Amino acid sequence: MALKASDLSVGQVHEEQVCYDLSRTQIVQYAGASGDYNPLHTDEIFSKAVGYPGAFAHGMLTMGLTGKMLTNWVGDGRLTKFGVRFVSQVFPGDTLTAKATVKEIREEDGQKLVDLEVETVKEDGTAVATGHATARID
Amino acid sequence: MADRFPIEAGHILLFARAVGDANPIYSDPEHAKGTEPGQIIAPPTFVQASAQFTENYGLRPKIGEYWFGSGKEPRGSGAPKPPEQEGGSSGGGGLHAEQHYEYHRPLTPGMVLRWEQEPGESWEREGRRAGKLVFNESITRYYDQDDNLVITARSVGVRTERPATPGS
Repeated sequence: MALKASDLSVGQVHEEQVCYDLSRTQIVQYAGASGDYNPLHTDEIFSKAVGYPGAFAHGMLTMGLTGKMLTNWVGDGRLTKFGVRFVSQVFPGDTLTAKATVKEIREEDGQKLVDLEVETVKEDGTAVATGHATARID
Repeated sequence: MADRFPIEAGHILLFARAVGDANPIYSDPEHAKGTEPGQIIAPPTFVQASAQFTENYGLRPKIGEYWFGSGKEPRGSGAPKPPEQEGGSSGGGGLHAEQHYEYHRPLTPGMVLRWEQEPGESWEREGRRAGKLVFNESITRYYDQDDNLVITARSVGVRTERPATPGS
């Protein structure tokens, strides 16, 4: 199901809880699937030895979780752009909510598009990733 | 041999599970037939898994070689530390600061990606906690086996003077 321009308005917000009490095991799953085996993310002993409070999630896991919110909303294969900055680290136990806010509804070469501002936050409201996405809409 | 990333349905399934995405377009070919793309596609950040197929990727242990993660000791395992690595890095090999994708066509099983990478901008700034931050951008263009541009990725990495520990 794709979004319709007529159903969208600037300022509209869509959000989804994309993980609850993030497990170390999910971080391990992400390392295995993505191929990023940096021990900072899965190796508590190493992470502490190099000065971090413990192992923390890959930024790209946060981006992947955020992408799930987007594709669940805009539909399969509808994204044309998606980008984020990683602004705070995500640790095991964090619960994340990803939000998209409609910034602009426009048309380019006959294709309707929606520009979204994207933000993923922890339970206490701390932003962990902020960015933008654009999707084709009907 | 140049790096090649064969896009496989099983790998897409594992990746979708890892990001907690139950959308059946990533796992069920019958369901996928009834969707707009009409077949299994990859989730939006899947192309990052090209790391699995990057021969000289530094964040994957190499068989029989020294690895900087813990074994008996908190730092270092797998093989004796080679002399050229004495001193080593600050640990962790830098952090990911930004990632941006432009999607030109759906990424689907059966494609074989190759990529061209070029450096982008570099800049520095003083961090609140981590000391001097050095940012390096790189742009990667992923092409399918027919030389169609599939995804353009812009990545920014950051090296920190001290660990970027979170605020108290």
